[in-house]
Amino acid sequence: MILRAQGLTRTFGTAKRPVAALRGVDLEVERGQRLGIVGESGSGKTTLVKLLAGLDRPTAGRVWFDGLDITGLPESRLVGLRSSLQIVFQDPRSSLDPRMKVGDIVTEPLRSRRLRRGLDAVDPHRRLAEVLEAVGLPADSAERYPHEFSGGQRQRIAIARALSCQPQVLVADEPVSALDVSVRAQVINLLSDLVDRQGLTLLFVSHDLGVVRHLCDSVVVLRAGQVVERGSAAEVFEHPSTDYAKALVAAIPRIKQSKA
Amino acid sequence: MKKLQLRLGLALVALVVLAGLVSVVWTPYDPLRVVPADRLLGSSWAHPFGTDGFGVDIASQLLVGARTCLMVGVISVGLAALVGVPAGMAAGQLGGWFDEAVMRVADVVYAFPALLLAILLAAAVGASTATAMVAIGVATIPAFARVSRAGAKQVMSSDFVLAAKAAGISGPGIAWRHVLPNIAPLIGVQASVGFAMAILAEAALSYLGLGTPRPTPTWGGMLRDAQGFMFVAPQQALWPGGAIALAVLAFNLLGDGLRDLLDPKLREAV
Repeated sequence: MILRAQGLTRTFGTAKRPVAALRGVDLEVERGQRLGIVGESGSGKTTLVKLLAGLDRPTAGRVWFDGLDITGLPESRLVGLRSSLQIVFQDPRSSLDPRMKVGDIVTEPLRSRRLRRGLDAVDPHRRLAEVLEAVGLPADSAERYPHEFSGGQRQRIAIARALSCQPQVLVADEPVSALDVSVRAQVINLLSDLVDRQGLTLLFVSHDLGVVRHLCDSVVVLRAGQVVERGSAAEVFEHPSTDYAKALVAAIPRIKQSKA
Repeated sequence: MKKLQLRLGLALVALVVLAGLVSVVWTPYDPLRVVPADRLLGSSWAHPFGTDGFGVDIASQLLVGARTCLMVGVISVGLAALVGVPAGMAAGQLGGWFDEAVMRVADVVYAFPALLLAILLAAAVGASTATAMVAIGVATIPAFARVSRAGAKQVMSSDFVLAAKAAGISGPGIAWRHVLPNIAPLIGVQASVGFAMAILAEAALSYLGLGTPRPTPTWGGMLRDAQGFMFVAPQQALWPGGAIALAVLAFNLLGDGLRDLLDPKLREAV
């Protein structure tokens, strides 16, 4: 088991008017698993991702990464987590620094002093060329700036950055919902290929169940900060047990078969 | 229209800088040489801007004055940026009590006019160009701190900073690689506007005798000298007054032009 969370709770707001984003979420992710985290807006998906990635501290509950309890650990002891878990964010317009060249963006995780100690000596130039090729970007992209690329290409840059330090876990937080419908499938297929080829563990956050069904082998359904349903993708999609999950599954658009 | 503002600002700033540079190697007359016979001359081919009450060529003094005002501007704005930008960035990035502490100190300094500070400094160590620069610089720190803090806060809330954190980049690393490049345009605009205010403040201090002492020519000092001949030779006050107005206008135009130029890009970026 590579990632485990127990009783994760995160409350925002003031002591007088607390707003609970997560309420006691338990989660277990096996190595190589492709877990879909689904739920409507405001259900706590992104909060959960931030806690699992050690980018925020839970109000209560614990997170283990690869057997190590990372809850409240200082940044200096998170090297293992930082080098093996990377995130692809929702909107590549805001997840890529507009004043950095693509080459610097992609190799940023390799330049981190903390990560360098943990990684084997990788040549940033060679790695840059490798990941750019892996995500299907031309080699001369490195010298250009993010605004010179289309939305789909920018998300490829973000994926290249996430892969540059050879992580074991890839977290994708709604990676296609900010993209044009026409390029969504390309990016999803690219992610799927890369996860397959590099044997990654995937956490795929989405409100699009159709995509989750296509990509993931197991699913967790979040609602108002709680897990309301979990199981293998087939199980959840074929036989949803709660009303909420039924409603979500029923909302997947389908092309009706015309009766002959 | 926007482009025009920027171009006009750049042209006028270039003019002031040119005047300052030329004065280093050449002035029509020695700006310190008193010629009693030539007192209060009007404009002529020999003295295009006339002479002052001591018979010193005004054009020469104006050129040297440009140099003084530029030096004061560069050093005081530089000092303010050097202290204000890191303090503001740290406040915006760290937040919490540190942010509160820095901003409250900035409020206190902001409430303290440069003029008062200059009077205190002049009383303590004597009036000089250096005390004027320190007083103006210190009084300008809060403006830089506020702009940097606001910019840093905005940058820190973006996903690319989150990505950098997830990649294990340290706080100072994020400040250097992400925050500073993204707020640099804001700081540039602030520097330009601050420069205009520094020129005005320096002129005021020299006029009051709290800045650069005699005999070094300054625009403010020339204004003070001209005051005594207001009714005999009113044109004498016009030249340094016009020079101050022109320089302030130049840097304000440059600042406004820069802001207009950068605004849409900033909006797209963050």
